[in-house]
Amino acid sequence: MNIHEYQAKELLRQYKVATPDGKVAQDAEEARMITKEFGGASVVKAQIHAGGRGKGGGVKFATDPDKAAELFKAMIGMQLVTKQTGPEGRKVRTVFLSRPVDIARELYLSFLVDRVSSRVTILASTEGGVEIEEVAAKTPEKIFKVAIDPALGLSGFQARQVAFALGLEGDAFKKGVVFLQNMYRLFVEKDCSMVEINPLVVTKQGDVTALDAKIGFDDNGLVRHPDVLAYRDLNEEAEEEVEASKYNLNFIKLDGSIGCMVNGAGLAMATMDIIKYEGSSPANFLDVGGSATEDAVKNAFRIILQDKSVKAVLVNIFGGIMRCDIVASGIVNAAKEIGIKVPVVVRLEGTNVEEGKKILAASGLNLIVAADLKDAAEKVVASVK
Amino acid sequence: MAVLVGNHTKLIVQGITGREGLFHAKGCRDYGTKVVGGVTPGKGGTEIEGFPVFNTVKDAVAKTGANATMIFVPPVAAADAILEALDAGIELIVCITEGIPVLDMVKVKRVLPNYPKSRLIGPNCPGIISPGLAKIGIMPGRIHKQGHVGVVSRSGTLTYEAVGQLTALGIGQSTCIGIGGDPVSGTSHIDALEMFNNDPDTHAVIMIGEIGGSAEEDAAAWVKANMKKPVVAFIAGQTAPPGRRMGHAGAIISGGKGTAAEKMKALQEAGITVVQSPADMGKALAERLK
Repeated sequence: MNIHEYQAKELLRQYKVATPDGKVAQDAEEARMITKEFGGASVVKAQIHAGGRGKGGGVKFATDPDKAAELFKAMIGMQLVTKQTGPEGRKVRTVFLSRPVDIARELYLSFLVDRVSSRVTILASTEGGVEIEEVAAKTPEKIFKVAIDPALGLSGFQARQVAFALGLEGDAFKKGVVFLQNMYRLFVEKDCSMVEINPLVVTKQGDVTALDAKIGFDDNGLVRHPDVLAYRDLNEEAEEEVEASKYNLNFIKLDGSIGCMVNGAGLAMATMDIIKYEGSSPANFLDVGGSATEDAVKNAFRIILQDKSVKAVLVNIFGGIMRCDIVASGIVNAAKEIGIKVPVVVRLEGTNVEEGKKILAASGLNLIVAADLKDAAEKVVASVK
Repeated sequence: MAVLVGNHTKLIVQGITGREGLFHAKGCRDYGTKVVGGVTPGKGGTEIEGFPVFNTVKDAVAKTGANATMIFVPPVAAADAILEALDAGIELIVCITEGIPVLDMVKVKRVLPNYPKSRLIGPNCPGIISPGLAKIGIMPGRIHKQGHVGVVSRSGTLTYEAVGQLTALGIGQSTCIGIGGDPVSGTSHIDALEMFNNDPDTHAVIMIGEIGGSAEEDAAAWVKANMKKPVVAFIAGQTAPPGRRMGHAGAIISGGKGTAAEKMKALQEAGITVVQSPADMGKALAERLK
């Protein structure tokens, strides 16, 4: 789960990680007041869950309170397009104002769980304000990495190594070490999966502060953090994905024309692959789970068929624990209840497969039964050609 | 012979009094695995469906001589269950539980080297089966056939797909290992390949990978340097969009790294037969065995 910048900064403050003063404005008047409070100038920032906001026009400098009010009015409700939002952009529903700082240097800092070392790892670079992927591709030697032993936590010497690598000196060095230690505490106590501070800024006054902050959480850890879960913004998630998550379905909208319903994430990806291999493209990724119920199957069907770009559906179930006769009944009931207007190819395999196929055949519905994975992919692709 | 699980296996089930735990304890017993009991704290001394229940893994080991465990404990308690099994000296720990917080697994991974006699499979996996001998897991036993092909995979149902194709072609399996889809787990592709390489009963291997991370590239390098047996591979997620998590936490492409194309190239360069279509896994293996 991802959260907004203003929420991330609330968490930073809770953990005494330095970040500039900032407030969410509810209306233009409040934007004016906040800017006055900040000494007559502010940075006005659109809050959406996507990067590249600055280049997209979602981050602007207000030189006086009137200008802040004006920027607020222009920003709230706008469709902000960045390179991460896609061409349709995202609607700006929240505007955050930040106290300007005197920037001396812009640095990069992130914490993440590294799969190779299986440890929380700090990535730090003196190249702040640009995308780290770019730095990694062009000048990998400018990225400093430290893996943290979970039994010991972030050791003092490691925090100093990072601070030195960032070129911090004097007061900024001391503040940087504290920043890193508090950041690590936040990371582990809140089950984060990624924290990115870009840029991390050294001010002309020698402060070290998080000018921007992105935090992603491990979905599996959220059950331990109701406070974090309260930050979830459903507006930032695709409608059908939110709907699917209510039924424990794992759904991702894609831009092809063949709807897929599969059990298991790996088989679901493989099913997308074979559709492409046979010459068409998938409209979605949908994993009904290893042990989906009849109800889950029905809802999955409904969600797939809501999508107007779906021209055919491929159901691919390899029943292990799931019995094929139950899956078949789920499909038949869903099809009868919802009504199907597009070709539906069903491939069932595993436990009680013969009973399942009989149920499909006896239903009188126009279902195309496939013998195996290859046959299913060929049939569904042929049906949209 | 086969690897890890076989006639010598004496299995307990942690979380045996839960619905899933009990269901699969029976499933393993029905397949022929020696299931010697289970553990549910607070229910020690009772019996369920003929399985004696113990309070702790240590008790269970002392009374039954168990050398393997299958874990069905809920996600936030599962890492602790793994630690308890390690502490009790269990040699083979198969963690089926899905949804364990990754930082819990970071801690488990940190202490695993302290227990060199133990092997952890999973978490978030279907388990492990040596067809005809024994199974520890949730896979449907009857789609398997005893034979000489090792299968290793991060995915559950996609493993069934590969096994189904092999069995349909009359090709049996020595052992099938589901290593799980989580970013931090006990057993890697390389660990499994190494076991298959050393097992005289395994003549060839199907390896099923996924987008994300670099485990498949690492496995490719290992195969190139060490593997004496033919390997067929498939990478799931060739059509997955970057930056999206496809069900398995591990299956995410970020910053152009971990793409299917990169992985397939690395595998091919290591002499592995890489199939583009998941429907061709069995066929390609049959070709390699000729």
